[in-house]
Amino acid sequence: MAITYTSGAQVEVYRFSIPATVLIPLTAVFLQAWLPLRFHFFSFFDLPLLITIGFATARRSPLAGLFTGSLIGILQDALTHHPIGLYGISKTVVGFGASSLGIKLDVENAGARFLLTIFFYVVHEVVYFTIARGLVGLHMAWNWPHEFLSGMANALLGVFIFLLLDHVKQRT
Amino acid sequence: MDVLGRYRNLIVLVGVLFAQVLGLAVQVRRPSDNEPTRLIRIWAVGAVTPLEKVLVWAQTSTSNVWHSYFYLRGVRAENRNLKQQIERMNLEQVRMSQDADQARRLQALLAFKEQFISQTMAAQVIGSSGSEQSRSVYIDKGENDGIRPDMAVITADGIVGKVLHAYPSTSQVLLINDQSSGVGAILEKSRLQGILKGTSAGEVALEKVMSDESVPVGEMVLTSGGDGIFPKGLLVGRVTKAGAGSDLFLNIRVRPAADLGRLEEVLVVTKIDERQALPEQTGAARAVDILAGRLPGVPSKPENAENGGAPGTVAPTPTTAGSDAKPKSVSPTASASGGATAARKTAASSPGAGSGSSGATDATKVPPKPVKAVVEPKPQPAVEDSPH
Repeated sequence: MAITYTSGAQVEVYRFSIPATVLIPLTAVFLQAWLPLRFHFFSFFDLPLLITIGFATARRSPLAGLFTGSLIGILQDALTHHPIGLYGISKTVVGFGASSLGIKLDVENAGARFLLTIFFYVVHEVVYFTIARGLVGLHMAWNWPHEFLSGMANALLGVFIFLLLDHVKQRT
Repeated sequence: MDVLGRYRNLIVLVGVLFAQVLGLAVQVRRPSDNEPTRLIRIWAVGAVTPLEKVLVWAQTSTSNVWHSYFYLRGVRAENRNLKQQIERMNLEQVRMSQDADQARRLQALLAFKEQFISQTMAAQVIGSSGSEQSRSVYIDKGENDGIRPDMAVITADGIVGKVLHAYPSTSQVLLINDQSSGVGAILEKSRLQGILKGTSAGEVALEKVMSDESVPVGEMVLTSGGDGIFPKGLLVGRVTKAGAGSDLFLNIRVRPAADLGRLEEVLVVTKIDERQALPEQTGAARAVDILAGRLPGVPSKPENAENGGAPGTVAPTPTTAGSDAKPKSVSPTASASGGATAARKTAASSPGAGSGSSGATDATKVPPKPVKAVVEPKPQPAVEDSPH
């Protein structure tokens, strides 16, 4: 489990085909809305977030990362009854951060991906919590054990999802 | 220029975030409850729900084929159990309909207006919001089916929520355990009223009940009808915890009667009638008749009937229009006890006795007591006491 610091010239940059770029986030949002009804435990996971991190770290382009995160987040917001932008802002920050970090670190191995996902899961929740409480006025309670356990669960799932994404990403 | 190029990514990030924060602020300042649904929501719902519908349809069809044609183990035993259950419920219905009759008479005396659920529409739950912070589900019926915002959504077990947005072929239902939901509620025995709200953890709390009141754990919570969405008397759930709160109010937790985590089919209340309570001559079947139906029948002998009938045989007087009353054999003990008394009471207290009034015809009529199953009082044959 090595997180190595690499120079920009050493890292490989990938891209995704247009169908994959459109269909994978759509499928993630769809599954996020559908699976918790059948498997209640699935509400712990945030599939769109994992896809955002996966796309961002593979592309290693902060602009692509923030726009991908923003669009996926807004799509996710549209299915809730809260104002549009809560997930949008959180995932914009995560998309930007993950792609920026992807340039600096080698995130090709499972251990690095696991830690990275936990970190960005917590970042996502902190941003969401701050905006939801500060701007929208939602009453939310922060619970560290819950967030950390959810982060671990998401990171485990994330490792498998990133492996799947490895099969559809293309070398530039 | 160099600075712009160097910090291009950061500048774009700040710009995108600023645009979203601005959009958020506009939405918070002007809640979209009374405005047309935003186009982006329509697109998102339009992109996601068709696939959900197809999956739910495929799942239901497969399940139906399996359970209806292949997996029939235990059906016979289940059928027997259900029949026994129906008999028990019939007896329960007699008791409840007598209570209901009495309540209606009292309501009529007080010129009380009743609310009835007169029309419902069954709908399948096809998806959720996908967020723990937004507790809402999507159903497969929408504006085209007559669904409108603010319609109540229930199950046979209890209330579920209300329609928040109605799209052409789907609707979003806000569950009662969401933070932004609010339902007028009343405690069954103490008649204390409060507001039912969801918490951030997905629990349901009864708020605005003063802390000097006593609320026992296990007491049933019903809708009060005060919110203008749910009719009065629908089951909400049971009190699981009641303690001192932070303010002047009690901290009461309620476990919803409907399983909000495993919703599959729901009923949308599309029409609620309000009318003046009338003392109805509904006359449900008597307990004695139901018990008699379970006894071995004695073949009727017309010649005996002409001669006054055999002891223990009641020949009903055909005064009830449309009644399908048939001669029934009852034991002398039974006819001399509760059944006869009940018939006497009904005849004495109901001015329209024997007129054959149709009574409630709505399948989903809501009686004053909490109901889980839908019952319809049957016309009662006018039975006169047999001479002893």
